[in-house]
Amino acid sequence: MLFTSYEFIAFIAAVFLLYYAFPLKYRWTLLLVASLGFYAIADPRYLIFVGVTVVSAYFTCIKMDAMNLEQTSYLKEHKEEMSTADKKKYKETMKKKKRVFLLIGLLVNLGILSVTKYTNFVIESINSVLSDASRLSTVELIIPMGISFYTFQTVSYVIDVYRGTERAEKNIFKLSLFVTFFPQMVQGPISRFGQLSKTLYNPEPLNSKMISMGIGRIAWGYFKKVVIADRLITAVTELVSKPESYTGTYVFIAMLFYAFELYCDFTGGIDITIGIANTMGIKVAENFNLPYFSKNIKEYWNRWHITMGTWFTDYIFYPISVCSPMLKLSKWSRAHLGSFIGKRVTVYLSSLAVWFTTGLWHGAAWNFIVWGLMNFVVIMISQELEPLYTKFHKKCPWYKKAPYTVFQIIRTILLMSAIRMFDCYRNVPLTFKMIGTMFTEFNLGAFTDGSLLGLGISGADYIILLAGLFVVLGVSLIKVRVGSVRAFIYERSEMLYYTAVAVLTIVTFVFGAYGVGYDSSQFIYNQF
Amino acid sequence: MKRFLKILLVVVLTFAALNLLQRLLVPKYQTGIIEGSMIEEYYNEAENHDVVMIGDCELYENISPVTLYEEYGITSYIRGSAQQLVWQSYYLLEDTLRYETPKVVVFNVLSLKYDKPQSEAYNRMTLDGMEWSSAKVDAIKASMTEDEKFVEYLFPILRYHSRWSELTSDDFKYLFEKDLVTHNGYYMRADAKPCMGFPDPMPLADYTLGENAMKYLEKMTKLCKEKGIELILIKAPIEYPHWYDEWDVQMEEYAKENGLKYINFIPLQEEIGLDMTKDTYDAGLHLNVWGAEKFSIYFGKWLKENTELPDRRRDEKYSSVWEEKTKRYEKEKKQQTDELEKYGKLVSFGANAVKG
Amino acid sequence: MEELLEILESLHPDVDYENCTTLIDDKILDSFDIIAIISEIDNTFDVAIPAEEIIPENFNSAKALYELIQKIAEE
Repeated sequence: MLFTSYEFIAFIAAVFLLYYAFPLKYRWTLLLVASLGFYAIADPRYLIFVGVTVVSAYFTCIKMDAMNLEQTSYLKEHKEEMSTADKKKYKETMKKKKRVFLLIGLLVNLGILSVTKYTNFVIESINSVLSDASRLSTVELIIPMGISFYTFQTVSYVIDVYRGTERAEKNIFKLSLFVTFFPQMVQGPISRFGQLSKTLYNPEPLNSKMISMGIGRIAWGYFKKVVIADRLITAVTELVSKPESYTGTYVFIAMLFYAFELYCDFTGGIDITIGIANTMGIKVAENFNLPYFSKNIKEYWNRWHITMGTWFTDYIFYPISVCSPMLKLSKWSRAHLGSFIGKRVTVYLSSLAVWFTTGLWHGAAWNFIVWGLMNFVVIMISQELEPLYTKFHKKCPWYKKAPYTVFQIIRTILLMSAIRMFDCYRNVPLTFKMIGTMFTEFNLGAFTDGSLLGLGISGADYIILLAGLFVVLGVSLIKVRVGSVRAFIYERSEMLYYTAVAVLTIVTFVFGAYGVGYDSSQFIYNQF
Repeated sequence: MKRFLKILLVVVLTFAALNLLQRLLVPKYQTGIIEGSMIEEYYNEAENHDVVMIGDCELYENISPVTLYEEYGITSYIRGSAQQLVWQSYYLLEDTLRYETPKVVVFNVLSLKYDKPQSEAYNRMTLDGMEWSSAKVDAIKASMTEDEKFVEYLFPILRYHSRWSELTSDDFKYLFEKDLVTHNGYYMRADAKPCMGFPDPMPLADYTLGENAMKYLEKMTKLCKEKGIELILIKAPIEYPHWYDEWDVQMEEYAKENGLKYINFIPLQEEIGLDMTKDTYDAGLHLNVWGAEKFSIYFGKWLKENTELPDRRRDEKYSSVWEEKTKRYEKEKKQQTDELEKYGKLVSFGANAVKG
Repeated sequence: MEELLEILESLHPDVDYENCTTLIDDKILDSFDIIAIISEIDNTFDVAIPAEEIIPENFNSAKALYELIQKIAEE
């Protein structure tokens, strides 16, 4: 079910009404039923996959949690008689025991993810180097909805319990809700158990501010998605599906359009998700913090798809960086290769692993892997250039002034948008070629000769797009100053707030790009 | 409490605004393609009708209720619409029976050749004009093509919202009130374009009329029987689209089995007096007003002879209403003939009409 | 503590590590810095900070970090 389908809107309306009818303490049970229903409507077979994930996580975590408790009480009891070495040894044996369950939990969950999502990718990659005769046939697999999101959530929960930073959830139904919470299954975000469980099972009681804020956020999300993103997608699809006719400046136009399209689609979807959760008194982690106002690519990745970034930092980057082989390698390099390489080897290897897996997570295709590696390259280059920047900033104090900041922001947007073109074109060589034509072929006439009107969006559509993006920019600028724009208006005048939400809703109904004549674009982050 | 009232006020105003915008965005069908206005015009009728005709363009372009009244005192209405499918005809009959019970219902059988939903645009022109009742709900469900959604009929703004960029003066002018575009369902055309013959009919793989289509004809037959209405099946005197002999036989049989009258007017063209070089406006697909009047005189005579319909011309209740109708009818006929004389073609009527 | 401050200052010389308690919250240290610090600590103190200890509370101030090192060293 897409957020923009009538079915979803009807579904969510029904869930809201029933939800408020339930006593506070049991509201989560309704959400569980709704979430399982959400899966069953999409495809009942998905429930089997989700079920395996929940059961495996439940039992391994219960075991590991028990061992954590056992360890604490044992150490407490034998505090006096144990030497430091004894303690260390005891801890090591416990860790080894726990690790068995950690491995079961990870293997089951990452196993399902790998098999469903990557089997055919591996087969095709092998086939590309095999002769025609010995080619393997691809297999037909179902990819459960939201598998990349819920698997990552589950894995983070399993690791947190293993580390002892999180207690295991004793109620398997509550755990099921954490895994399947339906608003998150379309576009994320990737929640952590510690954060989400606080309000998921004990939501805030119904109050008018909470509902007003939530509905306002949902309306804002739909506005961005339906009025801007779904209108732009027509042109983006046209431009990137015919790379032979749209080269040079058209690639640049496609790049910009896609940057706005993806931003509005993704942040809009997240707004809808968080808005739905907020309306029900549940707090979901923020996934964006005005990413297009970032001054460099590292900052961008701290502000775009935040929950994914922190997931990779916490569960891939740090563990790899501080594991003992890595520390040994670092020491060895310092001794034998000098401190320049010794200092860098850890960060480079861990980052490479992070960006390779991040690319792979986005999709089972070389395009995404190359996209991830491109990010890695750019981040490392800017890291190495940092001393240079620092010097430059010291010499030129005006670097903090607005024009330079704007330059930095535009530079970051263009860089990220260029890398993102790997999302769009059929394969990796084509993407490189198309990005190349952007610098070799200048056909600025593209802007004036009317060909922009031949991309499936009319002049009237362009007016709506411009107005819509202007509103988004304006709201973002206000947000920089006041934080939540909705809270800002609401606290000053409730009437103004209600009116604004009403106007936004009406505008979305009239000017939205939905229904016959428009292809309801598939969510870009679906089935990840 | 104050907050609740505020929210209520905003919600009510939002729905009011959406309703107004919906009125604005829905196509008006007042100039050019006017067929979309036909179904809703029926609800303006003040008096009952002795004859109600339901079906496609073979009725609403070929039979003139005003002529039937003038010649025979028969009061009638054509609940016709473009490519009206038989299940739509059935539910329009149900809909009509909510307001009146005529003595005779006439159904044109050509649409039986369609067994499945056909086109969204025609569905819309037939269904959007219906007033809400269970008949409309059932009609929509029976008519929807694969990509259509019920909710878009319930809230037409969902279907028509993208018209915001192509609104015309008509959309504002007819926001609340629409002009009548037909004469008791009859779509008048005074121009002429001679028939130059038709291509030979293609042989069909299967000549059996569809099961689904026949099911609705059966429902129609049953409903008329229940209400004591005489159902008459006709095939209008139009040769194209081709009406196969095999279909004709099936109709004869069906009529016989159910004790209905079925009359195929195609072989009677000459007897009716139709001259297809003059009496059609689109090369033989539909009659113009001169042809329609000839056919109405013939059909009215047939009705008089074969059914018991009262002459309402002496009835004060009807005659004043119909006098008005006749006046409007004659006025438009004159307008059209004037335009034809002046410009050689229709300017403010027909599919390409330009209206100020 | 002296040695730790030296490590920290080699990364960002202009930060007041003795008094700052929001090194992570204010994004003064990023993930690359943290890895560099952990690697230097391992070099200097022979103390391996495990991944589960990489939480803001342990890295927000030099003092907290020093306590963490001592805690791990003791075990």
